[in-house]
Formats: sequence, structure tokens, C-alpha cells
Amino acid sequence: MTAQPMAFVGARLVDPESGYDGPGSLLISNGRIAEFTRGDEQGGLSDDIRQIRCEGALLCPGLVDLRVKTGEPGAEPKETLKSAARAAAAGGVTSIVVQPDTDPVIDDPAVVDFILRRARDIELVHVYPAGAATKGLEGEAMAELGLMREAGCVYVTNADRPVSDSRVMRRVLSYAQGLGILVAHRPADPWLTQCAGATESEFSGRLGLASAPVAAETIMLERDLALVELTGARFLVDQISAAAPLESLARAKARGLPILATASINHLSFNELDIGDYRTFCKLNPPLRGEDDRLALIEALARGLVDIVVSAHAPAQPEEKRLPFDEAAPGAIGLETLLPALLTLHHESRVPLGRLIHAVTMAPAQAIGLAAGRLTPGAPADLVLCDIEAPRLIDAAALISKSKNSPFDGRRLQGAVLMTLVDGRIVHEARP
Amino acid sequence: MTATAPGADEVRKRAFAFPRRHFLSVTDLDPVQVGELLDLAEGFVALNRQTTKKADLLKGRTLINLFFEASTRTQSSFELAGKRLGADVINMSPRASSIAKGETLVDTAVTLNAMQPDILVIRHGSSGAASLLAQKVSCSVINAGDGQHEHPSQALLDALSMRRAFGRLGGLTVAICGDVLHSRVARSNVALLTMLGAHVRVVGPPTLMPPDIARWGVEVHHHLKTGIAGADVVMMLRLQLERMQGALVPSMREYFRLWGLDREKLARAAGGVRVMHPGPMNRGVEIDSDVADDPQVSLIQDQVEMGVAMRMAILAAMAARLDNRGPL
Repeated sequence: MTAQPMAFVGARLVDPESGYDGPGSLLISNGRIAEFTRGDEQGGLSDDIRQIRCEGALLCPGLVDLRVKTGEPGAEPKETLKSAARAAAAGGVTSIVVQPDTDPVIDDPAVVDFILRRARDIELVHVYPAGAATKGLEGEAMAELGLMREAGCVYVTNADRPVSDSRVMRRVLSYAQGLGILVAHRPADPWLTQCAGATESEFSGRLGLASAPVAAETIMLERDLALVELTGARFLVDQISAAAPLESLARAKARGLPILATASINHLSFNELDIGDYRTFCKLNPPLRGEDDRLALIEALARGLVDIVVSAHAPAQPEEKRLPFDEAAPGAIGLETLLPALLTLHHESRVPLGRLIHAVTMAPAQAIGLAAGRLTPGAPADLVLCDIEAPRLIDAAALISKSKNSPFDGRRLQGAVLMTLVDGRIVHEARP
Repeated sequence: MTATAPGADEVRKRAFAFPRRHFLSVTDLDPVQVGELLDLAEGFVALNRQTTKKADLLKGRTLINLFFEASTRTQSSFELAGKRLGADVINMSPRASSIAKGETLVDTAVTLNAMQPDILVIRHGSSGAASLLAQKVSCSVINAGDGQHEHPSQALLDALSMRRAFGRLGGLTVAICGDVLHSRVARSNVALLTMLGAHVRVVGPPTLMPPDIARWGVEVHHHLKTGIAGADVVMMLRLQLERMQGALVPSMREYFRLWGLDREKLARAAGGVRVMHPGPMNRGVEIDSDVADDPQVSLIQDQVEMGVAMRMAILAAMAARLDNRGPL
């Protein structure tokens, strides 16, 4: 299966490890990056090397997406591992971490093994499972964190069901700390967020929507940060979404706690007004916030307070979305729009390109201990070649995901994936 | 203000075509259009007091009442309004239909739509339900209450009741009291009354107020006594008794003591104050029977009467719009 060596010449290379952003060429062989050459000059290439002229297109590490939901096992009509992997490849995402809230829940090494075997058969992108922090995600008894880690879990999380019992959370963190396992947690106070699909605001009040205040996020985050301080566990804040919790995060980072934070591309791209006339594709969890919160999130990403951007890919079928807002399922698909949406943020001059690339490649790869996410010789040849200028009108119906619930439907983004490689194999190539 | 017994022909002369295909929110109308609709309703008030109450403005039209939530006043007044205007009216309620078998809201509406109704009147417990249906069906949709969002025909009938009592709406001070948070009646009334130039206050405990309500263009009061001081109209809202469980208010007796309307508190309002309630009332919780039943003060029975006339006006205006569209 190992493809012939390839040379990408005349590319704009962005390497988050060295911080290099400039012209160069890259040689890959045996599924790994063999040579990284800065500048325009290219040495003579032997004939058995396939040469790809990039003509200034961006070549960077493939994206690592730490938060992807599929419907497999249990809800395959929404999304299978295969359809998610195809969507990922088309979006330049070369590694995905699937969430444990499947049916059955990934709270057992056997289910971890099932996911890994399926992914191996699909042979597209790397698929890593995240394990449940508690059995059945019930928030009561600790799941087999150690056995799941041995089976191949990259972190543990309670997905969209925050652990309300502080004692259980403390023990999960404490136990995980001993084994060096990364724990992710969604900061949301389950009582304040009960039934809420919108942020508490003048806007949602007028629409009459069930809503929760931003304080629901701040309260839970402060609790988690205090428990991290108590236990010393490595901690990943799962989707921070507003200005107030960012302040909590900044204080905790300043104290040197071992924490990382993610933000979803949706919260960087939309605000609550996008709900408009009860648009259920914009019903998300956490809910979309105000514009001030969105700008604060972008600023936090630019200065590195927010470490990682995720797609928060969450497929939903029409029958779950074609309902009154309060009854509709939350979530949006995002694997195929993650990169163009990030590039759109860059074009709006909000965040330097290198910083954005870092947040979807090296930062998430390091968080879960992958060698990917960099253009260093010896690293896996997980790459994406991308025309960062190409305009693109998103048509949800044309996306590869089995579910079409994209809030970007009808939006104009800038940036198109030309080619995606995983371990040196081309897994996606745009038709010219 | 009251027109003297005009017949159906008189009403016909005032015919006003509704500006939109659907009626989902009071913000679908501008102040001039509201005035015309209220004038039209005045004609129906007179018609409804005659022995023969029939007009044939909706002859041949089909009206479907699709009520997912129990309703006495709204459903029966839309039914009566449709029948008096000569439409064929059917009432659908969830328990008797396939909704109980798991059919979704949209599927139910699309199915009913295939029977070629002209107007679908919907009430649903979720905010935005009427708007969702309006996107999926070809007939006209009238919002008869969607969750905690809007109840536009109620706001219009309240405006009609007030205009008949005071001869005007602009400049009136209206205190809307009680559970504003969960009230679609309050939302529609705030939007309509502020649009028409009334001074609106909202009165109630902070736990029953929507966030940032001060930005709705209203005065916010947390004490009933100061909230209704000098008010021309005191509009009480129904307190849903299940709110006690959600730690929103501690008990019925405390609620009545602090926010319930009785004769003593009402004395602080302006002379000639009128009291309104969208019904159904919780006597002894938000309103004392003594006040509710006093015909000198209470507009509550007028509101019910105006409900039929107002809905006849809305339906007639909708039909006028459908007629103007001509054969498709």
C-alpha cells in the first residue's frame, strides 16, 4: 500500500513546529516526511519520485480534530465511521477523535477495540476513540480508564453530559492523573442549562426560547479548575464559548495549571443572532453566544489562550432538526467546513494563518500524544494541500456527511482543499 | 366609538386586506394597519350583537384549527369567528389525531395542508412552531400562541378592548403584571402597545422577568404597588401553578400578598382604571374575585367578546388578501 515517493514543490509551507511560513518543498516517502526544503530552489529529483507542482498553494499538516461525533455504533443513519472519515478526508482532516456518547457508550475496552478495527478497515483517516469518563456517561461510577487507554483511547470525557457530582469528578481527575490520562469536560452547570437551547439574552427572551446564562459555563469551569488544582490532572476544557469563562481560564493558566482549552469553529463563526427565525441548524451545545463573546473567543485564539479549535461535528437527521427550536436536537456537522471557515477567519484578518494552523494541527496532536501535526522529517506524512484564496459557496446538500445539518449552508467561505494525504497516501483529491 | 348596528354590508365596506400571507407576530403589522384592523373589528362587534350574525366574507373557505395545547377562549372564538363568516371550520386536537401516534408537527401540518385549507390556525407549546409551519405549508398560517413567544390575536383583542374603553391607546399607561417570563401574551402586548404609543410597565418578581427586559422599551417594576401607581390599565397575567415547583416563587399565598391584585392595591392606580386578564384566571392567586367581577372596573368579559370580533376581523382581512391574489 505504500505509495511511491512524492515531492511537493513550489508550495507555501506552514509548519507549526518551527513556525516557518514561506515557500518551500516537501519530499515524502514510506508514509513519512523525508525532507523539508525552505526557499524556492529545488534540487534535481530522480524520476521515480512523483512531482506535484503546488503553485503557491498552502501545504500544511493534516488537521487533527479532537471532537467528532458519528452515529456508529448505534445511530448509523446519521453518520458512520466511514462517512465521517470520507467527510474528514474531503475537509483536510487527517485524524479524528470520536466521542464516546454512542450506543453502546464507549466505556469499555471492547467498544474501543471495535472502533479501532472499523477504522482500520476503512483505511482513510486516523480514527481515535475518546473513552467515557464514567460508566454509561451516567456521572456516577468511574469507567475503566486504564483499560480503555491500553485499548487505544486518547482521552476520556463525559461528552455532552457534564459530571454534576463534584466528588465523582474529583476522583476521575485524581485517578486519571495517576495514569497520565487527559480528561476533557464540557463546562456546563446541568441545572442552569436544563432544556436550554439558547443563551440567556434579550434576543432569546424575545423569541421565547428556553435559555441558560453564560454563568452556567463559568460556574462549572471554575469548579473544574479548582479540582484540577487539587488533583494535578491534565485537563482539556471542552468548548469554551464566552468572554467570562475565558477570564477564568486565563487566571488558571497564569497559575500554571496543566490545562488546555478548545473552541468550536461554530462559536468562532456565528453568534446568537444567526438563530434568526428559529433556525434549528444553529441550535448548538453550548448555545451560540453574543457577538462580544464571539470576538473575545477569536481574540483568545489569536493570543493562544484558546489552544485548539474543533469542528464539534455532530450529525443530526432532518427529523431531529425539522422541529420547533426547543424540541430540535442540538449540534452541527463541521468536518468539511472546518478548514475553509478557519481560513475565512484569517481572511477577515482576525488571526494570523500560522496561529490558526497550529490550533488545528500541532496543538491537538500534542494534547493527545500524536507525532502528527508538524512538517518535521520523520513525522507521518499527514498533509493537506489547500488553495486558501478559492471562494466557496457552501451547499449543505453537496457535503459528504450523511447528515446535512450545516449552519454554514449558503455561506460564502474562502479556501478549498486540493489534496489530503494520510501516511503518504492520497485519501482525497479535488477534481480540477 | 361604537358603530351603530351596521350590517354585514357595512363591514364589507371596511374590508382591509391583511398585508402578509401569514400572521405570526404583531410585528407583521404597522400602526396604521393595526388601526384599520381594529376599525374592521368594531364593525364585527356590532354585527355580533345582532340576532343574525352571519356574513359571507369567508364563504367557500376552509379554516382548520390545529391546537396542540388546550384552549377554551382562543379555539372557540376562532371557530365561532370562522363560522360566522361562512367558512367551513374543523378543529384538530392532538389526542384525537395521529399526533398521538408519533406524527411530527410538520408532517401533521403538511397532511392537513394537502386537504387544501385556506387558513390554518395553530397553537403549539414551542416557541417558533407557527413560523416553522409557515415555511412548510402553502395555506395562510395564523399564530394562536406559540410557546413563550407570541399570541398576536390576543394582543389585538386587548388593544380593541382598551381602545373602546378609553377611546385611544396612545398615551395610556398599561401595567402588565405577573409571570412575564413565560407569557406570550405579555410579549405580544408589549410589542403592540409600545408600537401604538402606550407607556408600558411590567411588574413582577425578577424570577418571572425575561433577561434584559428593560431593553424592550418598558419600565420594569418589582413591587405591585409602585408598578400600578397611576396606571390606566392593569393587565394581570395567569400564574401557572407548576411554577411553584421550579423555585420561581415560594408559595401561592406569598404571591397573592405581594403581586396579587386586590381592591386595596388597585386604589393606587389612576381614577377610572380598568383591569384586564387574558384568562383563565386563578382567583385568589393573581387576582381577587372582588376586582375580577366588578363590571365598573373589569374588562375581562369585554375581552372575551372582543376576542370573537377581533378574530373575525383578522380572518376577514386574511380572506381579502386571498381574494385579491386572484385565481392562481
